[in-house]
Amino acid sequence: MGLKRKILELHKKREEVLKGGGDKAIEKQAAMGKMTARERIISLCDPDSFHEYDLFVEHEAKDFDMDKKVLHGDGVIIGTGTIYGAPVCLFAQDFTVAGGSLGMMHARKITKIMDHALKMKVPLIGINDSGGARIQEGVNSLAGYGEIFFRNTLSSGVIPQISVILGPCAGGAVYSPALTDFVFVVDKISKMFITGPEVIRTVLGEEISMEDLGGARVHSEITGNAHFFAKSEADCFDQIKKLISFIPWNNMKKATRFEPREPKPEYKISDIVPGDPRQPYDVRDVIKAIADDSDFFEIQELWASNMVIGFGRMNGETIGFVANQPLVLAGVLDVDSSDKAARFIRFCNAFNIPIITLVDLPGYLPGIDQEHAGVIRHGAKVLYAYSEATVAKMTVILRKAYGGGYIAMSSRHLRADFVFAWPTAEIAVMGPEGAANIIFRREIMESKDPDKTRKQKVKEYKEKFANPYVAAARGYVDSVIEPEETRKLLLHAIEVSGNKSVFLPNKKHGIPPF
Amino acid sequence: MKSTDCEGKKIRCRSLCIDGTKYRTTLHKKYQKRGPWSKHEKNKVYSFIPGTILKVFVKEGQCVRKGDNLLILEAMKMQNLIKSPVEGIVKSLNVQGGTKVPKGKLMVELGFGQSANTS
Repeated sequence: MGLKRKILELHKKREEVLKGGGDKAIEKQAAMGKMTARERIISLCDPDSFHEYDLFVEHEAKDFDMDKKVLHGDGVIIGTGTIYGAPVCLFAQDFTVAGGSLGMMHARKITKIMDHALKMKVPLIGINDSGGARIQEGVNSLAGYGEIFFRNTLSSGVIPQISVILGPCAGGAVYSPALTDFVFVVDKISKMFITGPEVIRTVLGEEISMEDLGGARVHSEITGNAHFFAKSEADCFDQIKKLISFIPWNNMKKATRFEPREPKPEYKISDIVPGDPRQPYDVRDVIKAIADDSDFFEIQELWASNMVIGFGRMNGETIGFVANQPLVLAGVLDVDSSDKAARFIRFCNAFNIPIITLVDLPGYLPGIDQEHAGVIRHGAKVLYAYSEATVAKMTVILRKAYGGGYIAMSSRHLRADFVFAWPTAEIAVMGPEGAANIIFRREIMESKDPDKTRKQKVKEYKEKFANPYVAAARGYVDSVIEPEETRKLLLHAIEVSGNKSVFLPNKKHGIPPF
Repeated sequence: MKSTDCEGKKIRCRSLCIDGTKYRTTLHKKYQKRGPWSKHEKNKVYSFIPGTILKVFVKEGQCVRKGDNLLILEAMKMQNLIKSPVEGIVKSLNVQGGTKVPKGKLMVELGFGQSANTS
């Protein structure tokens, strides 16, 4: 056989495998409004940058007539490519091949590319579209999942890991995305759950659709399992590319620097925040008034929206923004918002991204449900995350910073590097109403007109303590600044923090209140 | 502030009281949906897990001692023997053999304190 014929043979073999599950299965995939695995990878990577490996991998299963079945590529595509020039490792489950079910070789392909990503220190992107374990392969399939989870954990904090849910992702399979840093979901396409509607119906007799049980909206609004919600796959890929532009390749690098840009003039920082601390506003407008090009890439926008987290840039450098949102639940800390902020802070710290915290909160959300849901343990996560973070930490207190909320939100006491406060800041042990009621209880009770006395005492307390100067007098606040000066001072703070180095006590690892 | 959210819907502000101060703000879905709290009543036996009632050992009006078998609730392939948490009389029995129960269903309600006389 000559060289030409051998090359022809290779072409033929490739062509055969690239058909995936065949025309019928591909038609079915399209009918569900889904792209094929290869189309997805091609849309995500820079043109012509993707290279596939393990194309000719075959399964070894023999039981249940599996030896008679050919599953091209064993239902998963792996390879390397670039996104905006950044190298990435990818895998995409191919639903057209045996429903993307995970068998031993399927898992081996995934773990191969995961090992590669960790070794080469580049981000890993996994596209999930699978019916679950390949039942015919029994415990080998379970072993495969375990090997994947183990690698997700080892890679955590070393390389960014991104999961994209573009189909079903059920049972044990959901734990790989759960272990990764960012989960992307698409409306009406993504479905994630541990036990499906079928089991729920037989056990509980309750009818629920996949969408209502674990659809994209559920995970974006209720559970917080998803970080990015997209209306279509194309929209989802744009979001992934944008995320990749903000994060570094690994924990030894800084994110790629962009051309510095001024914020857009329509975001006037002095006009956003009302002077009355009881009035709401959208804190994202403040971020946009500070960030380069007013570009703010929000994470978990729909979940625990009383806390705002996301990426922006300052002088071209990626910054993690954490901010209380007075527009929702008055910006309180609660179980979900603490969880949300803490995990993001830890991501930023692991990947050398400075953190800017904007503070305006009345404290913790009161309620039996909150206490019983463990707000103590969850709230502690925020303290832990800020305290252990050694990246540059800049804090701006816009208005209220009361009690435990003041301490938690990147205060000086948790080693914020720079703490700025606007003249509207109220840094106090609690809100004036609550404080006056306690301190002057007797005087209020014994007075002829308790309401009038209470009002008087609240006013007194406000004048004396509801300001930034008491904290500034102790050096807890470094500088009381005009809103207009905020960006300038933050840029300077970032500039002088470039060589920050802090050494924490040597330990195997801490024990955060998970 | 803007009066519409990211999806263009109108924002309706409400009041939220924290430490005596009323703040104008919005309340998200999850907060609005939270259920009321109720005190745990010892004489009411609820299903702690969804499952199927395999067997019922008691009848309405029957007296039981603390620790007597009430019923078997099978769930996740495990047969859970449910015992009486108090001494009393079976006031109402809301399940029978074969009944499928969701989590938190009131299965048996016991009346206090009459068993010693009637048994």
